[in-house]
Amino acid sequence: MSELRLMKGNEAIAEAAIRAGADAYFGYPITPQSEVLEYLMAEKPNERTGMVVLQAESEVAAINMIYGAAGCGKKVITSSSSPGISLMQEGISYIASSELPCVLVNVVRGGPGLGTIQPSQADYFQSTKGGGHGDYHLIVLAPNSVQEMSDFVKNAFDYAFKYRTPVMIQTDGAIGQMMEKVELFNQEKRSKEIPSWATVGKPKERERNIITSLDLQAEVMEKRNHKLQAKYKKIEENVTLFEEVACDDAEYLMVAYGTSSRICQKTIQLALKKGIKVGLLRPITLWPFPKKQIAKLAEQVKGILSVEMSTGQMIEDVKLAVEGKIKVEHFGRMGGMIPSPDEILTALENQIIGG
Amino acid sequence: MAKVKGAVVVDVEKCKGCDICVHACPTDVLALHNEVNGKGYHYAYMANPDECTGCMNCALVCPDSVITVYRVKPQKAKV
Amino acid sequence: MEDTIIKTENIVFKKTELLTDNELSYCPGCGHGTAHRIIMEVIDEMGIQADTIGVAPVGCSVLAYDFMNIDMQQAAHGRAPAVATGIKRVLPEKFVFTYQGDGDLAAIGTAETIHVCNRGEHFTMIFINNGIYGMTGGQMAPTTLPGMKSSTSPYGRDVEMMGHPLKMTELIANLPGTCFVTRQAVHTPSAVRKAKKAVRKAFELQKEKKGISFVEIVSNCNSGWKMTPVQSNKWMEDNMFPYYPMGDIKLPE
Repeated sequence: MSELRLMKGNEAIAEAAIRAGADAYFGYPITPQSEVLEYLMAEKPNERTGMVVLQAESEVAAINMIYGAAGCGKKVITSSSSPGISLMQEGISYIASSELPCVLVNVVRGGPGLGTIQPSQADYFQSTKGGGHGDYHLIVLAPNSVQEMSDFVKNAFDYAFKYRTPVMIQTDGAIGQMMEKVELFNQEKRSKEIPSWATVGKPKERERNIITSLDLQAEVMEKRNHKLQAKYKKIEENVTLFEEVACDDAEYLMVAYGTSSRICQKTIQLALKKGIKVGLLRPITLWPFPKKQIAKLAEQVKGILSVEMSTGQMIEDVKLAVEGKIKVEHFGRMGGMIPSPDEILTALENQIIGG
Repeated sequence: MAKVKGAVVVDVEKCKGCDICVHACPTDVLALHNEVNGKGYHYAYMANPDECTGCMNCALVCPDSVITVYRVKPQKAKV
Repeated sequence: MEDTIIKTENIVFKKTELLTDNELSYCPGCGHGTAHRIIMEVIDEMGIQADTIGVAPVGCSVLAYDFMNIDMQQAAHGRAPAVATGIKRVLPEKFVFTYQGDGDLAAIGTAETIHVCNRGEHFTMIFINNGIYGMTGGQMAPTTLPGMKSSTSPYGRDVEMMGHPLKMTELIANLPGTCFVTRQAVHTPSAVRKAKKAVRKAFELQKEKKGISFVEIVSNCNSGWKMTPVQSNKWMEDNMFPYYPMGDIKLPE
C-alpha cells in the first residue's frame, strides 16, 4: 500500500531516495536544501535499507564521493543549492564523461554569487547548457510539486541507469521548503546487480574495469564525444517530457516550469475571467527541452510569454523552438522574488496581447 | 667453495637506460650497452656475467620492471 | 654458463602479472615505476586482486590504470581521497587505495586529504613526494625545498614569498583517523624492501578498519630536477631526506 504524508519538498526527496533503494547519499549542508541531509540522518537509512549517508567536508568532496560510489555501479544521490552546485561542476563533468549514473538535486536559490536563500530559477543555463567544462548534457527534471519531488527521484534513477548518465532534479527553494500531501511509493529493494563496467575488484577472468574521462589522443577523445552525443540524441528522442494546461483552444501561451508553472496555472484562471484564452506549456524535462511541442503550439497561438524566476534564460530555448514565427517575450522576477499571478497576467496583456 | 651463480635477462626494448641497476649491482655485473634500443636508449646488459650472484638488487630498483633474475645453488650448477 | 642458469625453474625475480605489459609512461629512472611495482606485488602476494580498487590522481601517474592490472578509477585533481571514500563506503569489505603525487595530495587536495585522515576512512593512501610538479613541466610543489629551483621558482624557493614546504605526512599523523603513517623511499634495494613491507602493512591494516594507513614515498624527479637518474637519487638522499626523514611516524596501537 502506498502511504500518504504531509512533507516538505526536501524531505520528500530524502524519503524517496531511501524508498527508491539508493545505496548512498553524500552531501554538504546549504540552505534551502539542508533538510535533505537532516532527514536522511534522522531516518537512519542504514538500518532501514543499508543505505550509506555521509556528510562530506564540502560539495567538492561530495560530488567526488558520488563519482567513486557511482563507479562501483551503486545507486547514488546528492543534493545542494546553487553555490554548492557551482562547486560540483568539475565533478559533474567528469561523471558525464565517464558515463556514470547518479542523481543530483539542485534546490535553486537566488544568485549570482552568494545571492540569497530565497527561491530562484536562475540556474537554467548552468544545468541545461553544460555548467562544467566540455560538451555534455544532464537530463534535467523539473518538479512543480512535493509529489513530483518524490516521484522524480525514482524516475531519475531509472534514466540515470538506462542511459548511464547523471540526472539532475532542478527545483527551487519554494518547492523544497513548502509542505504538501505526498503519496509515497513503496519501498524498493536495493539492487544486488553489479553492472559489467563497475569497478568492484577484477576477477582473473575479466579485463580490468577503468573509470576515467581521460583520452590523451585527440582521435580517441573525439570518438568518446561522438558516443556521448549519440546517446544525447537518443535521450532527446525518448525522454522529452512536458505537461499542457488549457492549450486546446488557447490563443496565447505561457511557458513556465517548476514554481513558475504553478503560479501560471492561477494566471490561466484569472485570464479566463477576462475572456483571455491562455494556455500553459510546462517543460518537465528542461533538457531535453520540448521544442517540438512548442513549435507546434507556435502554429496555433498568437504570442508566447516565457515566465521564469530569472532574467530570462529559458526564453532562449523557447525562441529557438519558435524560430521567429510569433512574438516571444520574457517575464520574470529575480534575486529570490516570486512573481504573482496578477503580475504575470499584466505582463501577458502588456507584452503579448497589447504589445 | 662454489659461488651462487646468477644471471639476469633485460627486456632490451623496454629498458630506458636509466643506469640505476648498474649502480645497484654489488658485483659490477651490469653496464649500459654502447648500442641503443629502438627507443634510442643505451640498455642495460651483463658486461661481467660471471660475477652475477642473482641477488636481485638490480630488479628491485628497476623502475620499469624489465629485469628477470635467475639463480642456481652451487650444487645444482655442478649437475 | 648463462644458458644453464636461464631456465624457468631458476627464476627468482620477474615482473608481477599485476603490472600490465604497457610500457610505463614515466621518465627513465623515475621512482613511480618502482612504487607501482611494489604495490602490485603486495596485492598479488596477498591474493586480493579481485577485491582491490585503486584510485589514480591527476599528475604524472594519471595513467596508473594503464599499468596496474586491477579495477581503477581516475579522480579529478586532488579528489582521490573523496573518490576512495565513495568507493570504500559502498564496498566496505574491499581493499581501496589512492595513489597521489605531492601537488595532488598536498596542494589542491589538501582538504580531502585532511578530512579522510580525520574521519578515519579505512583505506590506504600512497603519497609520492618528489618535491615538484613533474607532469606540467617542473613547477614548484607544496613540498619543494627551500631554495630549490623549479620553473616557477627559477631562483630557488624563497620561503618569505612562496611559503614553506609542507610536511603533510607529519601533519596527518596527528589526526585521530590515521592508524599507520610512514615515510619510505624506493631508490635502493634495501629502501625498496622496506617500502614494500610498509605497503603490505598498510594494506593488511585495512582489514582491521582502524583508519587511514598512509605511506609517503620520497622519490626523485630527474627530469624536473634536471639531473641524471643516478644523480637525482644522490641529491634526494642529500637534500630531501634531511627535510623529509625516513621511517615510521605513527604505528598502529
